[in-house]
Amino acid sequence: MADEDVVLDFLKGKSAAKSKFYFKDFLPLFPDKGPRDVKKILTKLVNAEKLEFWSSGSTTMYGLKGAGKQSQAEGED
Amino acid sequence: MAKFQTPLLDQLESGPWPSFVSDIKQEAAARAKNPKGLDYQIPVDAPEDLLGIVELSYRDKETHWKHGGIVGVFGYGGGVIGRYCDRPEEYPGVAHFHTIRVNQPAGKYYTTDFLRQLCDIWDLRGSGILNMHGSTGDIVFLGTQTPQLEEIFWELTHKMNNDLGGSGSNLRTPAACLGQSRCEFACYNTQDICYQLTQDYQDELHRPAFPYKFKFKFDGCPNGCVCAMARSDFAVIGTWKDDIKIDQEKVKAYVAGEFKPNAGAHAGRDWGKFDIQKEVVDRCPTHCMNWDGSKLSIKTADCVRCMHCINTMPRALHIGDERGASILVGAKAPVVEGAQMGSLLIPFIEVKPPYDEIKEVIEKIWDWWMEEGKNRERVGETMKRLSFQTLLEVTEVPAQPQQVRAPRTNPFIFFKEDEVPGGWTRDIADFRKRHQR
Repeated sequence: MADEDVVLDFLKGKSAAKSKFYFKDFLPLFPDKGPRDVKKILTKLVNAEKLEFWSSGSTTMYGLKGAGKQSQAEGED
Repeated sequence: MAKFQTPLLDQLESGPWPSFVSDIKQEAAARAKNPKGLDYQIPVDAPEDLLGIVELSYRDKETHWKHGGIVGVFGYGGGVIGRYCDRPEEYPGVAHFHTIRVNQPAGKYYTTDFLRQLCDIWDLRGSGILNMHGSTGDIVFLGTQTPQLEEIFWELTHKMNNDLGGSGSNLRTPAACLGQSRCEFACYNTQDICYQLTQDYQDELHRPAFPYKFKFKFDGCPNGCVCAMARSDFAVIGTWKDDIKIDQEKVKAYVAGEFKPNAGAHAGRDWGKFDIQKEVVDRCPTHCMNWDGSKLSIKTADCVRCMHCINTMPRALHIGDERGASILVGAKAPVVEGAQMGSLLIPFIEVKPPYDEIKEVIEKIWDWWMEEGKNRERVGETMKRLSFQTLLEVTEVPAQPQQVRAPRTNPFIFFKEDEVPGGWTRDIADFRKRHQR
């Protein structure tokens, strides 16, 4: 399975319970890879518009694009 | 007439300091007049609604801002912070009020043209309200809506050649004092290293993968004008190894009252005649100075570079010539744990382009913290949890006396067998001959 699919499957499998994940949540998916390599996989998925960032301002999390509370839900078009 | 009555905010204007309330009122009035005939891209009364909701928060004693959101510019995980208010019907002008952090130039030098361009973008596409500067160091644009974000980003990057700053679990916008551009105390080129590391670590600045925020700050000398030691995870503070340079004739001139101490900075009242013994020698924290009535001497081995004597008599005393920096790690404000100041990791390091030696230390810390740090744990907390000794091991920095504040008070260094000549294997039977159980 491609690395990107491992991430997407993980997120889809958890989507009922959670929509946002810390970067560290992805590290156990790739026990043979270091954080910098995992970051490259996530960056590729963000650039492909399959993942998106959520930010509180102090902390950033990753989620599937379109999952969780989107700006439209806040009344933004 | 104001849209909302704001008695609590109005009271703030009565204090002795410039008030943000007055500033917002001024911006509200300017937007209502619209002297430039702008086609405002977010509600014209955003500043009025901001005053209204802040007044409500003061009255309710609770915030009316929600926490974060999915907003940003494409590919960046920082620089934009989603902000929504929880009373959008009453305050529609701030229903969506996102913050944008703009990377400030090193040393915060601007042309007036640059400032006007910033203000023009923000008048048209935002609330017109901004912070110069936020506590991160960035220029902070306060209040815009999602459709404006890419537009603002395009104008900043393409027309002004300027980037967004850091937010979230990123490297934050590095900050430097104005350094050698204006200050004779600067021990290295703070602006250059700040700019260079900002360029070199673009990926860390814009694509979050740290457990939490990480800040660099660069102070040119121990006066610490950007407060690196208290405010940054990785503080680079200028210092020197050799003697403070003393011009004995100028020292005598200070004593004779020919020069004003502190360059006249405390001239607001009459402090009496300058007393070098009382105001300089006795104030030295390590008592490493002596004044015999005609000659000032300093015992360099005991000097801790507190800067007091140099600040008081800048024409007579000057930083040494063997210059570099100390690196301190782990300062932070309270969140998971309480506030802490940086701990000295490297007493002296040369600071010369391309800064590879410093980058090596930074990257070793990052590799360790990204593996071992818990979510929302600053590197200072990881350091406390796993020990300073572990930090020494991962950075391959030897334990040194300078890392110990006072003997026998913080014994974080334990020798391992392979570090001790001969190890410590021992014959227990032989030991028991001399020691009863």
